[in-house]
This record gives sequence, C-alpha cells and structure tokens, in this order.
Amino acid sequence: MSRPLYDRPILARHQTGLMNKFSRVASMQPQTHVDGVPVQTLIEAYGSPLFVFSEKTIVARYRELRDAFARRFSKVRVAWSYKTNYLDAICRVLHREGAWAEVVSEFEWEKARHNGVPGERIHLNGPLKTEATLRRVLPEGTLIHIDNFDELALLERLADELHLTPKVALRVNLAVESIPAWSRFGFNLESGQAMTAANRILTGKRLDLVGLHCHLGTFILDPASYREQASKLAGLANELRRAHGAIMSFLDIGGGFASRSKLKAQYLPGEQASPSFDRYAAACAEGMAALDYPAGSEPTIVLESGRALVDDSGTLLSTVIANKRMPDGQRGLVVDAGVNVLFTSFWYDHDVVPAQPFGGISEPTVMYGPLCMNIDVVRDTIQFPPMRAGDQVVFRNVGAYNVTQWMQFITYRPAVVIIGADGRHGIIRKREQLETLLASEEVPSWL
Amino acid sequence: MSAPLTVAVTGLNATDNPGPGVGVIRSLRHCRDDVRVVGLAYDALEPGVYADGLVSDVFLIPYPSQGIDPLRDRLSYIRERTGFDVIIPTLDAELPGFVELAPELAAQGVGTLLPTREQLDLRCKAKLAALGDKGLPVPASRVLTDVTQLYAIHEVIPFPIVVKGPYYGARVAHTLEEAVAAFYKMVGEWGYPVIVQQFVAGQELCVCAVGDGEGGLVGAVQMRKTVITDKGKGWAGVAIRDPGLSQLTATFMSATRWRGPCELEVIRDADGGYHVLEVNPRFPAWCFLSAGAGMNLPYAVAELAAGRELSPLHDYRVGTMFVRIALDQISDMDAFSRMSTAGEVVRSHGVAR
Amino acid sequence: MQRLRDLAISDTGFVFDPFSGATYTVNGTAQCLLDGLKRGLDRDGLVALLRERFECSDEDLPRDIDDLVQSLRMFGLVPGGFEVGR
Ligand SMILES: Cc1ncc(COP(=O)(O)O)c(C=O)c1O
Repeated sequence: MSRPLYDRPILARHQTGLMNKFSRVASMQPQTHVDGVPVQTLIEAYGSPLFVFSEKTIVARYRELRDAFARRFSKVRVAWSYKTNYLDAICRVLHREGAWAEVVSEFEWEKARHNGVPGERIHLNGPLKTEATLRRVLPEGTLIHIDNFDELALLERLADELHLTPKVALRVNLAVESIPAWSRFGFNLESGQAMTAANRILTGKRLDLVGLHCHLGTFILDPASYREQASKLAGLANELRRAHGAIMSFLDIGGGFASRSKLKAQYLPGEQASPSFDRYAAACAEGMAALDYPAGSEPTIVLESGRALVDDSGTLLSTVIANKRMPDGQRGLVVDAGVNVLFTSFWYDHDVVPAQPFGGISEPTVMYGPLCMNIDVVRDTIQFPPMRAGDQVVFRNVGAYNVTQWMQFITYRPAVVIIGADGRHGIIRKREQLETLLASEEVPSWL
Repeated sequence: MSAPLTVAVTGLNATDNPGPGVGVIRSLRHCRDDVRVVGLAYDALEPGVYADGLVSDVFLIPYPSQGIDPLRDRLSYIRERTGFDVIIPTLDAELPGFVELAPELAAQGVGTLLPTREQLDLRCKAKLAALGDKGLPVPASRVLTDVTQLYAIHEVIPFPIVVKGPYYGARVAHTLEEAVAAFYKMVGEWGYPVIVQQFVAGQELCVCAVGDGEGGLVGAVQMRKTVITDKGKGWAGVAIRDPGLSQLTATFMSATRWRGPCELEVIRDADGGYHVLEVNPRFPAWCFLSAGAGMNLPYAVAELAAGRELSPLHDYRVGTMFVRIALDQISDMDAFSRMSTAGEVVRSHGVAR
Repeated sequence: MQRLRDLAISDTGFVFDPFSGATYTVNGTAQCLLDGLKRGLDRDGLVALLRERFECSDEDLPRDIDDLVQSLRMFGLVPGGFEVGR
C-alpha cells in the first residue's frame, strides 16, 4: 500500500458555532483559471499581485442591466460612472456597448473625451465644477447636473457670457425609507428646495432644464428603495409639467445597485442578498408608473450604475508570502496584496479562494497584506485550507473602485490586464516602477 | 395508508430560545409511524441532535452565510443518503436560500411549501408598514437611519415607543433620552436601520397558520402566552379561539397570498383592537401545540409539500395547553464525535429502512 | 506529558481531552506527531516518523512540527515552556 500524501499537521479545537465542516470550504473550489487563462500563466507574464478583468463578464452584465430596463421603458441610457473604474480599456468596452459617460471632475471629463465620448454624451455631476471646468465643457454641450444655488448662479452668468443655453439637470436628494439620505448632494425635495431651484431655472430661461437626477447612495440592497425614489422623481416631474408645462427628456435614477460582494455587516452572501437587475428594474418601473406625461414624450431613463456593472468582472491574483501562527490560535496568511491595492477590504468580506488544488483541514485564517501597518488586513477570519509560501489566492468581485481608489503606498501599484472575449489577454495598466513615480517628482536646485 | 414520507427538518437548536425544528419533528411523528425524519443541523452541538427517538439521522448543513452552492451540494449528498421527499426549513436566515433553491429541488422531486421571495421581503420588520397598506392593523412605525430623526418622532408616534433592531432586539422607551440610548444600543448590536414602533399594551396572542399560496387558509391554531420568559418567549400557552383573530388571519392570507407556514404575533388591546407586531415566515417553536390540540399543521405542510392529498384537518381543541420543560439529554461521546468529524449521525440504515 | 498521554484519539481524528473536556479534530500528520511526542521522540525522530508514514516532498518538516507544538502549548496540552528536543 502506498503511503498517504503529506499535508501540514493541524490540530483544530472545536468551538461552538464554528463546528461546521460543511461550510464554504467543503465546496470551496480552487480557481485555477480566469476566463480560461491559467492563473499561473498570468502571474508569470505580468507579475503578482495582478488585477485581471474579464471583457466577457463586463459585456454580459452591461447587457443584463440594459435589457432589464429596456423591457420596461421605451428609452434607456447607461451613463458609465467613471469613478468606479476609469481605466481606458474598461471604459471603451462599455462605450462600445453604447454607454454614455457620467463624470464628477474635469479629469474624468477629459478621460471620457479621450475615450471618444462626444461632449454632449457626458453627464457632469458632483460638487467639483469650477468656473474653468464649466467654461471648458459648456461649449461642448455637456449635460450639467446642478448641485447647489451657487453653481446655478454661476451657470446663469456663464450662459449669458458665452451666449449659450446649457442643457442642465437638477440633482435632487430625497428621503427614502430605511436608507440614510445622501442629503449633501443636490437640492432637497421634501423641503421644497428642489422646486425653488426648478422654478428659477424654468422662469429664468437662461438654462434648458432637460432632466431630473437622484443618486440614492451605494450598495442599496432593497429594490423597494428605487420604487420610492422613482415615484418621488415622477411626482416632481408631474409638478413641473403642471406648473410650467415643462417636459423632461430624461429622469436619472443614479447608481447604487448592489454587486455580488458581501458587506461586512451583512449576514447573507451577495448571491442571495443582492437583488438582480431585473428586480431593481421592476421596482423602478412600478414607481415610474406615477409619471403623468403625454404619450410619445416618455423620458429616457438614465442609469449610473457603477459597482454592480464591473465588480464581478474584476479579480485580484495575489501570492502567499508567509504563514504565521497567531497568539489566539488562528492562522495568519501574509499575501502580497494589501489594502493599498484592495481598498474595498475596508467594507467587504471578499470572496477569496486558492488558485491551486488543495487538501487538508481548513482553519480559521486571517489574511494580512504586505504593509507594515496594523490596519493592513485584506480578509477577516475565514475558514481557509492550508497554503504554502508561493501559492496563489484569487480575490473575486473586486472590479469596482479598487483600481481608482487604490494608493501608491510603500510599494508599486500592480499591473492590470484584461482577458478578451476570445481568450486573448493584454495589459491595460502597467505595473508602476521607479521611473513612473520619479516622472512627477522634482528636486529643487538647492537640494 | 400512503407510502412512508421522509421529511428533512432544520432548526434543531432547541436552546432556551428554541428553534422550531424539534416542535415540527414531534408534530410530524405525532400519532404516525409512516414518517421518517432527517434532521439538518448547523452545529454539532445543537440539542435536537441528541434527542432520543426524535430523529434517526442527522446531517450538518452549511450556514446560510456560506451561500447557495455549498447548500445545494450538501443537500444532494444528504438526499442520496436518505432519499428525503420534503424539506421544512424553520429558521429566518435560511429561508432566502431555500426559497431560491426550491425550483431546483422540485425538479429533483423534493417538495417544499415556502413563501416567495417577495412575500418574505414583505413581512420583514422594516416593512411592516407595507402590511398596513394591505389592510392589516399594524402599529404606527417609522424606519430610522439617523438618531436626529428621533427628536421629532413624538409628532407621529407618541411615547412610549418600541425601538427595534432590523432582525432582533426591542426596547421600550418612555422618553427621548431612553429612545436615544436604545437607538445606539440597537445600532451597536444589529446595525441600521432602526425601527420605531408605537407601543401597544394588551394581551399577547399568536397564530400559527399555513397558507395555500392562493389566498386561502389551510389551517390555523391560536394561542395566548401564559408564561413568558425574560427574553419574551412563550414558555407556556393555551389554545384559544378569537373570531377577531380568525378574521385577521384570513385577511393576512388573502392580502399576501401567503404560501406555507407562518406565525402572526398580535396584541389585543383593552378596547378589543388588534395590532400585528410581527409576521414570522415559518413555524413557531410552539407549533407542537397544533398537533397536540388536534390540528397537525406541520404534517399538513409535509403532505402538501409532497404533493399529496391533504388528510382531513380537524378543528383543534380550545383549552389545550402547552407547558415547556427543560430536560437534560444524556449522550456518550460517540454521536458528538461523529457529528464533529463526519458531520453526520446515521442511526437508521440509510434509504432502505 | 501526562495530558498528552491521556488524550483519547479516534481513528477519525476526533480528540477528547478528559482533563479539560475540550475536543479537537486532527489530520493524519498531526495524529502521527502526537503519537511520536507521546513516545518522547526528539525533532529528528519526529521528522523520520513523518517521512516513514507519509509521502513527503520538499516540505519544511521542522517548521511544521514547531507549528503544531505551538498549538499544543496554546491549548495547554503541553507545559508552557515545552520544546521538542534536538
Ligand atoms: C452621482 C453618482 N452616480 C453614480 C454613482 C455610482 O454608484 P454605484 O457604484 O453605487 O452604482 C455614484 C457613486 O458614488 C455617484 O455619486
């Protein structure tokens, strides 16, 4: 009889509440490939850690979103939320599918233009709109979502000066039960502030009010919130029609749909807790039914979904640096991707699995990043099989906000690659190196 | 007599805040020897695993937080081992998973009688007001996400108020100070949102009911709690019949077209008014009273889930009491050792018993 | 080492400590090391035992032995200052 294969000796103490060996580990499968390309090949070609995006998944999610709404509304537009992921390659996949751009700074606007998006297909949002920015984008017909009265006044002045009638939308905040209101953005609906602003625009005639916009927040798990939002937006639109005869060409419901990640405070995993695009769309349609517009003048429904569109398409490959036995008995696993690249570890319990077949008893394991900072924990306790230094792990659903909010700290930011629908892969952002960073530094002559 | 029925039941955590599994299983076995029960447990130490003569076979299943795939895999293994015909899940947190799996299970010949995902969402605590829109008497409530919303709460809901967490926990507050303290306690323990409800005093009544999914009622047993523990759980109760409560139950069924078991928690105030405090989307732990009083609702659910014709349901005997009792089971290390290493204890002989 | 010798270990890897009432699960290699430790083997003896019973490739066996001994110390199954003899 041949001898059994060696695996690392493990003595696991039974703890009530942690005695279920049929937890996720039992059916935890290694993820050895991303879209058919071996993890090993990718790491050898581009280094570790490494972000990998799936073009196939981005396209599939985009179409699922668009179709869910197109089944219920005659006109639907997705405006890609640049802040979520503004790597050119990712944006171009979405623009190729027909997405417009939703930007919140001149930098993002420049990126969208650079990606071939015409100025009039860009929604400019957010509080950061300087006079210089507006002077630059207004002549290109960019849609301005007005955030406050100072901005409104500025726009009126620029309209006169530039002899233009800018197309604008009103950013509105409103109360929806059971979610904290993002009341710092836009004009408040309930207090009548939004109506005041609309009245001023519609009677002033220097700006062309073409849309209403509300972004509720992010990672909103209850589709019913969108029903309430839509019916309130529709109510405001009805009022404007009654008072001024104004017809909006679009109603923008913002972003905020949940992705399949799991918030730390959430009990059920994303695949069960996060509603499908279809359920969000159904709720939105129920709310929009309140809209009283003449036939033929239905507004376009604008979606600014960020997270839910690209989170699933991004994975992070990372390499185990070391194992540790922590004083509380847990295993510590040090990996080469920390919170510097996986910023979303602060609020998600990421779905992470080994990249190679594994065996042996799983143990409660904490995953640490490579930074010399105590906060550098990329995954709180998870039952994880034994790993060796040099093995790889795969973090899934990390395509949103990481490659924009990451920070260059202690080490270089890793490369990002995309795998095409046909299995080709290529770099979309190079790994940083000393020259990358030195390029923007200077040393004054006296030093 | 029809062919024997094998029923898988969860919720064997018969602790001092008991899961409903043991009550369901005792009902299934009540006066019948054509039912075989497979216990599904989340922890090797769930007391029901060790209850003599209750379940022959017990299997660990993955926690709901682990997601659908592990559950699917594990159930198909257990199905192979035991050939169960029906599953009756009994815990709130596992229901979304079972509801999602139900069509797949049905395709494999495993029956369930469960509400839809929409029905599940409708009765969640933060949404109780939605039941008000459907014509049920619910106490005034507000869902809060910010403590400052409490400052004006008395304008809509006068003190005293009940401050509740999104899943569990409730505190009565008589003043703003108490309300603020309770708010932070709930947030600390359960997170947002916090639900504020009008406090209603009166008798605590419960209904264990089964809906047919088409607006009709399969059967219902009413109970008044006679002993309440410090955690607010009924430790003893008596079967009653209150026509107002029957009417309320019928309204709930027709308004929601509820499918499967549920529990309505209701207050009857001094003026004879009713207030629905909560709707639990599953059997209550005290459901054995239904079998004991002559209307065996868990068995009815098993029959319906299996696609069988419902045996005639007799009316229940008003005045039947239940009195809970804490018993210490004796076990050797063997069952525990098997549960913790193999994740199963099979005392019968598999499918061909 | 009395605590270690008193452990009841089943074939399935279930371990019961009659002194504390605690229970554990061990895998085959850990079970083998507990065996060796009870017999008082030193580090080289333990390494040899593992190599004899398991198909080992390039593993760092002494590191794994130290890891297990640390767990034993943490759970109070060996005295606080216990080290495997060299
Ligand atoms: C105005 C606006 N639209 C869209 C988004 C995208 O949100 P999400 O990624 O939650 O869909 C954001 C994110 O903050 C936003 O502020």
